[in-house]
Amino acid sequence: MTQRARNWLLIAPAGAWLIVMLVLPLSVVFIFSFGERAPAGGYVPAFTFEQYANLPARFTAFKNTLILAPLGTLAALLIAYPLAYQLAVRTSERWKTLLLVLVIVPFWTSILIRSYAWIFLLGGGGIPALLDMFGIENVRLIYTPFAVLIGIVYGYLPLMVFPIYVALERLDKRLLEASADLGAHPMTTFFSVTLPMSISGIATGCMLVFILLMGEFLIPALLGGGKVFFVGNALVDLFLQSRNWAFGSAVAMMLIIIMLVTVTFYMRLISRLNIQRDDAPLM
Amino acid sequence: MKDHISKKKFMEEFRRYQKGSVTRRHFLGVTGLGAATAVLGNAMPGLRASPAMASDIGDRVVLATWPNYHDEANFDMFTDETGAFLQVNVFGSNEEMLAKLQAGGSGWDVYVPTNYTITTYVEEDLIEPLDLSKLPNYDPDAFDPRFSDAGIVDGVVYAVPKNWGTTGMAINTSHNGGAPFTSWKEFFDRTMDDFSGRTMVHDYQLTTIGAALNYHGYSFNSVDESELADAEKLLIDVKPHLFAISSDYQPAMRSGDAWLTICWTGDGKQLSTDIPDIAYALGKEGGELWSDYYAIPKGAPHMDAAYALINFMLDPEVNAREVLAHGYPVADSRTNELLPEEILNDPILYPAAELMDALEFGAAATLTDPNRAELLARFKSA
Repeated sequence: MTQRARNWLLIAPAGAWLIVMLVLPLSVVFIFSFGERAPAGGYVPAFTFEQYANLPARFTAFKNTLILAPLGTLAALLIAYPLAYQLAVRTSERWKTLLLVLVIVPFWTSILIRSYAWIFLLGGGGIPALLDMFGIENVRLIYTPFAVLIGIVYGYLPLMVFPIYVALERLDKRLLEASADLGAHPMTTFFSVTLPMSISGIATGCMLVFILLMGEFLIPALLGGGKVFFVGNALVDLFLQSRNWAFGSAVAMMLIIIMLVTVTFYMRLISRLNIQRDDAPLM
Repeated sequence: MKDHISKKKFMEEFRRYQKGSVTRRHFLGVTGLGAATAVLGNAMPGLRASPAMASDIGDRVVLATWPNYHDEANFDMFTDETGAFLQVNVFGSNEEMLAKLQAGGSGWDVYVPTNYTITTYVEEDLIEPLDLSKLPNYDPDAFDPRFSDAGIVDGVVYAVPKNWGTTGMAINTSHNGGAPFTSWKEFFDRTMDDFSGRTMVHDYQLTTIGAALNYHGYSFNSVDESELADAEKLLIDVKPHLFAISSDYQPAMRSGDAWLTICWTGDGKQLSTDIPDIAYALGKEGGELWSDYYAIPKGAPHMDAAYALINFMLDPEVNAREVLAHGYPVADSRTNELLPEEILNDPILYPAAELMDALEFGAAATLTDPNRAELLARFKSA
């Protein structure tokens, strides 16, 4: 067998997977998005831009997603970073494994069950009842955008913690000592050594969380009470309730386009930051 | 295979989980992940019939149905008698059921369509004509034709009656001086007033838009554009005052977070039995009268088991136990003879004639109308 044939053979499984699982379904969605809804629901072939023209009808869904997904990513980052820092830099080896396992433990139960638990925590008999005991009355948490944000941060926190942890773990601790020896304030050390060195972890974590959040539908459905509507919820409704596959496909195409644009933009930004970091020591 | 705990004990435990399963109904409803229940059933060897019991109908039957709609003890009895284990998929709306069947490969053997969907299923060729010789327990003369007619399309029996009921409202009367509301006008006006933040409407276009149409005095089934526009305006106005848009209203009504909701007969009965302050009421402007049916989808994988299950459920004694468990009335006179007087006189199950007269059966066009589907989506995303 030639080297060339071997290469093809090695790529074949991944290639087949990509074609069957990505290219084919996407092609179907693309084709459907130019079709029409059958009278009783479903799809009839056509060539029309009507579905795309109708996209403004889901403006609020796109707006909610484009506000809450970045906000959720940012909130998860702000909570995850100190946690990852503590784990990677400050915790002794003895405790590290145990604490890391504790971060993973929630993944042992389905996100569905855990989100459902939040319905009771945020419901009238949960946290609001507790606040009531301290004199803070009539707090409404469940079925609000805030509840959705809590659910998002809760659900996606581990995905943010791990990449940042890995980046900080690889950080050569002697650099921190050197920085201190040279008289840098701990804050200066953090902002000019630790943070730039962990940019790759932050970038990966944010990307993971953001992309998943853009397609999220479960958490808004459960904790938003049907009132906080994401693009994911619009899609579920279009395919599972109103059976408008053509319009659903157009909405899906739009979401993919938005993702491509934001992710490309984001990658550019990150690579610029990385270049700057590489330059930094020379200055 | 040796069970580690006795089969009976296991089933009791499992049923307890199912009874208290607040999660199931909602997550199945909102996610369409009905298969999750089936997976659970598969994953628990104790639930499968042992090979020794397996009869010629196979070892399983898959039922797609509505939440809180069966007596689990009947399922166990069916498994004991036939050796076929029941996989139950729970759905939130007829639209969702139709969507699943249109997409194909549902794997269901029996499903429970509502009256107005059956002609659509026939047109779409998604429903199997029934071979009545395999349903000896089905006696057409025993059924009130009002609630069995919709199962017959062009003289062919496609579906046999399960239960009927109404769509009204459940209200926690302790917030209204002990009295229920009597109209949809009150339902929406009070929601925008002292019930603000306490009301739920279904995540289902038929009933939620229907109620808003009733508020304006229009037909529950209207597909008239200007009437739908009025209904939409009301729904958009009322939205900031809603607690939630969800067909999973029992948990919130039980916890006291919600005070008022659009509600189906059996849920109303279950709620008011457990919490006497909660009353079930019909709007005097009208509302929905419906009947559900047992049917077999085209290409059901376990056809014999499907017939066996439907026939079993039509047995008057089995059916009577169902009614006692879920609180929905039946149209079968043989079953009614077995039911206690207080059930047959219960105003939740059998509302007063003048209230009933104002109700309408849902129409096929109401379900499939694209404008109504889109209206609800606009309302939810507003």
